[in-house]
Amino acid sequence: MYVAVKGGEQAIANAHRWLADRRRGDRERDALSVAQLAEQMNLAVDRVMAEASLYDPELAALALKQASGDLVEAVFLLRAYRTTLPRLAETVALDTGAMRLERRVSATYKDVPGGQVLGPTYDYTHRLLDFLQLADGEVPEPARAEQALEACPPILEQLDAEGLIERETDDGAEPYDITRDPPDFPVDRATRLQMLARGDEGYLLALGYSTQRGYGRNHPFAGEIRIGTLEVEIAVEECEAPVCIGEIALSECQMINQFAGSRDRAPQFTRGYGLAFGRNERKTMAMALVDRALRAEELGEPVQGPAQQPEFVLAHADSVEASGFVSHLKLPHYVDFQSELELLRRLRSAHGQPDGAEDSRETVDDGGKKKEPAVEQDTNESEQVSP
Amino acid sequence: MKRPQLERPALLEARGVTRLYGPGKGCEDIDFRLHEGEVLGIVGESGSGKSTLLRTLCGMETPDAGRVVYHSDVERCLDGATDDGELDLYAIGEARRRALLRMEWGLVHQNPRDGLRLGVSAGANIGERLMALGDRHYGQLRAAGQDWMGRVELDPGRIDDAPRHFSGGMQQRLQIARTLVTRPRLVFMDEPTGGLDVSVQARLLDMLRTLVRELGLSVVLVTHDLAVARLLADRLMVMCRGRVVEAGLTDQILDDPQHAYTQLLVSSVLTP
Amino acid sequence: MNGYNFAYLDEQTKRMIRRGLLKAVAIPGYQVPFGGREMPMPYGWGTGGMQLTASILGEDDVLKVIDQGADDTTNAVSIRAFFERVAGVETTTATAEADVIQTRHRIPETPLSADQILVFQVPIPEPLRFIEPSEEETRVMHALEEYGVMHVKLYEDIARHGHIATTYAYPVKVDGRYVTDPSPIPKFDNPKLHMSEALMLFGAGREKRLYAIPPHTRVESLDFEDHPFEIQAWDEPCALCGARDSFLDEVITDDVGGRMFVCSDTDYCQRRQEEVA
Repeated sequence: MYVAVKGGEQAIANAHRWLADRRRGDRERDALSVAQLAEQMNLAVDRVMAEASLYDPELAALALKQASGDLVEAVFLLRAYRTTLPRLAETVALDTGAMRLERRVSATYKDVPGGQVLGPTYDYTHRLLDFLQLADGEVPEPARAEQALEACPPILEQLDAEGLIERETDDGAEPYDITRDPPDFPVDRATRLQMLARGDEGYLLALGYSTQRGYGRNHPFAGEIRIGTLEVEIAVEECEAPVCIGEIALSECQMINQFAGSRDRAPQFTRGYGLAFGRNERKTMAMALVDRALRAEELGEPVQGPAQQPEFVLAHADSVEASGFVSHLKLPHYVDFQSELELLRRLRSAHGQPDGAEDSRETVDDGGKKKEPAVEQDTNESEQVSP
Repeated sequence: MKRPQLERPALLEARGVTRLYGPGKGCEDIDFRLHEGEVLGIVGESGSGKSTLLRTLCGMETPDAGRVVYHSDVERCLDGATDDGELDLYAIGEARRRALLRMEWGLVHQNPRDGLRLGVSAGANIGERLMALGDRHYGQLRAAGQDWMGRVELDPGRIDDAPRHFSGGMQQRLQIARTLVTRPRLVFMDEPTGGLDVSVQARLLDMLRTLVRELGLSVVLVTHDLAVARLLADRLMVMCRGRVVEAGLTDQILDDPQHAYTQLLVSSVLTP
Repeated sequence: MNGYNFAYLDEQTKRMIRRGLLKAVAIPGYQVPFGGREMPMPYGWGTGGMQLTASILGEDDVLKVIDQGADDTTNAVSIRAFFERVAGVETTTATAEADVIQTRHRIPETPLSADQILVFQVPIPEPLRFIEPSEEETRVMHALEEYGVMHVKLYEDIARHGHIATTYAYPVKVDGRYVTDPSPIPKFDNPKLHMSEALMLFGAGREKRLYAIPPHTRVESLDFEDHPFEIQAWDEPCALCGARDSFLDEVITDDVGGRMFVCSDTDYCQRRQEEVA
């Protein structure tokens, strides 16, 4: 006898208990602490912070732990927490030129004022599994320079001073806030950058990569990549100077791209920009490529690749939205399916095939379409000129 | 008091239309009047600005200067029209411009793929403009589809086939049927026979000429092919570097070109 | 619940959504953009409906949540439990007793009354989306009432299948103006939208759009004069309550092709069974 899908409540509760057990794993082993994660899984934590758009390493580590290391799930957890927070103040715009650098490289100049600093990068590691880590080997202290790095001006300022690269100016307009208002396509660049900054890294990487392979090529040079920490300040009414409320780690990438110009304007290099919370170098590079690709229309370039189509790129960049909508396919669709089933049976019976009839031909019913004529050539008789 | 008109009424007018991308790129200071029932050919080499002019005329590209004026049917009292039916194309706003293109005008693209829905059947392609105008009878839409397939010499039995299965020439016929089914007052054609084999071209031209005559169409035709122009156009405008260098009756221009550029153009066709 | 406002969302957000709803009611069928918030449930699982419910719910309201017509499918249970937890409101499975009904994919069989509000969860609010992927373009199409292309799809169905082959999320024209997606309800439910006594609200969380069909509003399902809109019909009545006027779900009863048809609206079915008993 049919029983409706009862007991959903109990099933859900049991599922949650099982999940918690699976997350904890073997009780014989030590549980991971959030602090350990924040320290030793710092790049995962940084990615979660960037895509959740909330700078809080401890909570990001907690989300990571709660999600058993599932980054998309962790981003979702942190994002859902973020949305409940009140907005108490707005920070003064950050000046990345004042960053306390730990890494700074440029692919465009051999040497630059302030120098190139590799910093803690995976770039030149040989990707050989380090079995010492399996045996919990000791890690030596890093070598430290005698003196602290001087403040380094952004490399692109050099080009800017010569007028060789388009100048970016602050038009003073209040930026659109994508966390409060729905995107209203077409969106301006500031909005686009916000959306890219919280976009899924894998997605942006693939799109950025596609521009390099010819789908909207824009000839990029990594003008400057800088990673470091920066003080965050807010303006307080009683104080004259802004007040520092803490320090955050940031990654920034400035791509220099092929020039644009017009009748009224001499040709100049153009920019693509990437910025993210934490140490997210790959993300910012991909973001800079995509940002530049999305400027195709503005710069009068033909729009040919997917990465150049703003609505396509931006509407699908958010992993929280994307994973939610994909996962919703797991929800019951009995009613829709029933409607389709009913129609399909009717169409098939109209087609002269009794429902359930043996039909050994593989998926022959493409919706009852009658015939699929072959493509005809221009030279067939219907187009032939009579002599 | 209404006096009888001495001149046939104008349907479309360009007054000092300019649209430039760079020096000599685009079109500059174009003036003309298209009369009802007339086919105006715009000829010139590629890069002469004729396609830019066409896009500007049909509402797809705002001119830098000048006006495009459409003389609508006074009886219809279109939104934004003056008492005598005059509509300034770029003063009426995008909404009305699009409505105009949908209801009163037709556009035949050079590449039929730009003007067709390749994934839906030929019948739906022909019916779309009718449905946009409010036709809601499937049987009648289908009958109109079959009728028009016959008129453009397509097999009406293929009404349910998708145009992606058609040859280039057949797609172009379908595009023409789809455009003309609503009997537009004014049709723009951009190299309608471009990209087709010579033999296919000849048949298509023949058909177009018949339709234009039967329906008394008013057409602005852009082509680089003087043979096409000779066959279809009543009058010609010759464009060179964004400007009109010569204009007049088709035969007059082709048989007795005055401007050096036109002479070159005409002779280059004649010499193999 | 500690730490969260009544019904989860903060009052500012609720007010913003209610302003959007007022606009939606004023322009029936028009999609109003709103600043959708992340909810603690995944997008696509009813976050739009939940935000609307949260914004209109009062402390004395009685809430009913259904998914596929049933009160006890897992997602309906989960959403109901959420509001019990964050709003502490009374919940019910009885259609007639509810003030607010949040639904996914169905309209209850029991006719709704003027003091009820039905909140729909909407995955894709744009009825033109699968014809025109660009939001920029569809907005213009709505503004100019360029809807001919909707009939192209229906024409194509008839040409291919002899029928209009859209069975759910069947597009409607609201108040003679906006073509609107009724959410993925079966077309069986479309007639219930027309001149409804109850206010119908639609929320799409991921797409950040909301819209409304106010009471006593004309709602026409798109069709052709010679191929009029029809709803599904079944050869047999509900195997449990004998109803012939309700939407039936097919239930597979064994692995040799045995099946039965029962009401998808579990409350309706149960009530009828009780009446008979």
